[in-house]
Amino acid sequence: MREIQAADITEAIARMAREAGCVLGDDEVQALERALEMEESPQGKSVLEQLLKNAQLAAENETPLCQDTGLALVFLDVGQEATVVGGDLSDAVNEGIRRGYEEGLLRASMVTDPLLRENSGDNTPAVIHTRIVPGDQLDIIFDAKGGGCENMSVARVLKPSDGTEGVIEFVVDRIVNSGGNPCPPLVVGVGIGGSFERSAEMAKRSLMRPLGNPNPEAHLAELERDLLEHINATGIGPMGLGGKVTALAVHVEAGACHIASLPVAVNLDCHSHRHRHTVL
Amino acid sequence: MEITTPITREGIAALPTGTLVHISGVLYTARDAAHKRMVEALEAGDGLPFDATDQILYYVGPTPAPEGAVIGAAGPTTGYRMDSYLEPMLQAGIRATIGKGQRSPEALETMHRHGAAYLLATGGAGTLLSQCITACEIVAYEDLGTEAVRRLEVEAFPCVVVYGADGGDLFRQGQDDWGS
Repeated sequence: MREIQAADITEAIARMAREAGCVLGDDEVQALERALEMEESPQGKSVLEQLLKNAQLAAENETPLCQDTGLALVFLDVGQEATVVGGDLSDAVNEGIRRGYEEGLLRASMVTDPLLRENSGDNTPAVIHTRIVPGDQLDIIFDAKGGGCENMSVARVLKPSDGTEGVIEFVVDRIVNSGGNPCPPLVVGVGIGGSFERSAEMAKRSLMRPLGNPNPEAHLAELERDLLEHINATGIGPMGLGGKVTALAVHVEAGACHIASLPVAVNLDCHSHRHRHTVL
Repeated sequence: MEITTPITREGIAALPTGTLVHISGVLYTARDAAHKRMVEALEAGDGLPFDATDQILYYVGPTPAPEGAVIGAAGPTTGYRMDSYLEPMLQAGIRATIGKGQRSPEALETMHRHGAAYLLATGGAGTLLSQCITACEIVAYEDLGTEAVRRLEVEAFPCVVVYGADGGDLFRQGQDDWGS
């Protein structure tokens, strides 16, 4: 068994949280630049110019891109020939969040109970998704998930007869009803199939893909292109003020499902699409 | 258009939907948890922790201030979550609110009745917008952390009037103009 130190996990998570909060990924900056070239509405162009300027300033000053520095979402793929030593895996992750958010002057945005609503003060606990995979490495993705876009996300189990058309209608309807709330231009994650909860997880995982990389399955890549076209035809535009660019990308993930079901989940991400990936 | 706070009902009426405004003066901040407390205080007859007469309320929960800065990133949060608290805030004297995203039909009706406006600042431009903030102090509910009520002093803070007192709707207009 290969040993991975809990302290190294903490350090990696803290670094990813600090970086993601302040520095937009190259793929996201390029997508915003392309959006500015495509956008025709004056209001939309003005928003995109502000977002690019904001990204530049935030990176230079090492200050947060957005005041909502997110719910801390962590995907762990644990190699079955690796073992964590020197501490508990979940504790190591949460210590990394605590440290990264404090050192990076990121916002504490978590309440410990959804009804009592007392702020935990350090942005813990993280939402952690763990899978056991072949190999001896630990693959970590950190994502800072904003509340405004998460609030507009939705899951439903459609009928098999609804088919591709039903999926498109469901997704586009969600975008239209969300309007400016989730901070467009968006990255749209769609999970199709699996079970009720798996569709939502696939939608979220699809957001971690480098922006605009198509699904390797031809029919799903075609669906991504169709959805992007439909979404950008809504005219919602940057911040909902009207324009040609409502989404920067649509990512679809699909999985096997029951003969009676067609689960679909839509997880929206705002233009401040912040995540980091590392392998220990 | 350059505007300063405090601003009267007549001042708001002079801002047609679609106007780009630069605000200088004072903004008060509040988001979900502070609204809940303020409305409970009003219902108990205790009044607000600040004089809301002719003021503008900014929906924001900033990040901590770096050393030497007055505030951290400070962009708008989504406005519709404050819809159910809007009536008592406008009754208390608030003339306009700043947020992002659409408001409910009920909130629009409330604003119309009070001659109030809703202004949009660019969501996600937290560092950029913080550069317009020259002072910041907590005026109430410090225990709420980022959700405490703050008094900000701003210079040329950029917003667009999305729902003016004229009854306009810039979201609807934008979608009509650019949708196909």
